[in-house]
Amino acid sequence: MTVELHHYLILSSILFVLGIIGIISRKNSIGILMGIELVMNACGINFVAFSKYIASDFSGQIFALFIFVIAAAEVVVALAIVLRIYQNKATIDIEEVKDLKC
Amino acid sequence: MTSYDSLFYVFAAVTIIPAIVTVFHPNILYAALSLFGSFFGVAGIYVLLGADFIAATQVLIYVGGILVLILFAVMLSKNIYGMTFQDEKKKKILPTLFGILLLGFLIKLITTVHWNTTLSEEGPLPTTAALGNLLLTEYLLPFELASVLLLAALIGAIILARSK
Repeated sequence: MTVELHHYLILSSILFVLGIIGIISRKNSIGILMGIELVMNACGINFVAFSKYIASDFSGQIFALFIFVIAAAEVVVALAIVLRIYQNKATIDIEEVKDLKC
Repeated sequence: MTSYDSLFYVFAAVTIIPAIVTVFHPNILYAALSLFGSFFGVAGIYVLLGADFIAATQVLIYVGGILVLILFAVMLSKNIYGMTFQDEKKKKILPTLFGILLLGFLIKLITTVHWNTTLSEEGPLPTTAALGNLLLTEYLLPFELASVLLLAALIGAIILARSK
């Protein structure tokens, strides 16, 4: 069975679903962040696969690069917020953090 | 089965198995460490897709930057082995069932749609020069906006994490 586009799509949807399971099942906020990273990786695989098999140019790879930028910015700000919450509440369990004001 | 196909399955396994550990392992430190293997597997998939620059950037940014940040955050919030870092197993059953349903729906969708693939016969080309040209001509505005976004994230993270 030769590897076609849908092999890559199925691989990325497995990764996406694992990320979604991580996001909705973890109570630790860093665990939720790791789920989001898995989802973003799945998205990048999709972009590059479509870029190779359907568009036949480099536009998908450009968008994969922008996903890296967004992921870096997102994880930096989110971890800063997590550390801030930890300083104030001594926990990073999202069920303990009920109010936005820290 | 050509060597390309077997390489695809190897990299898919390297991507999926650590991702399963990441999602289901109760200890957050081991979950973060196994994310390492998953990111390397995705880099291998990018190489198979002929995107060499993207693969190198994946290793540099995800493995060298994001994962190190996550590990720092795990270790800075102390008491790694304590009770707050252990997630209960019972809470995973319902999300897993939901995930399997979603996966079934997605796979059904992917296999029924007829993808109009046009694969050029020539082998993989080096992509770095072409990507650089595109970034500075056609995608110049998103490129500059990305730099502004990174600057904003930098300043925001410093202001948030600074102790008073």
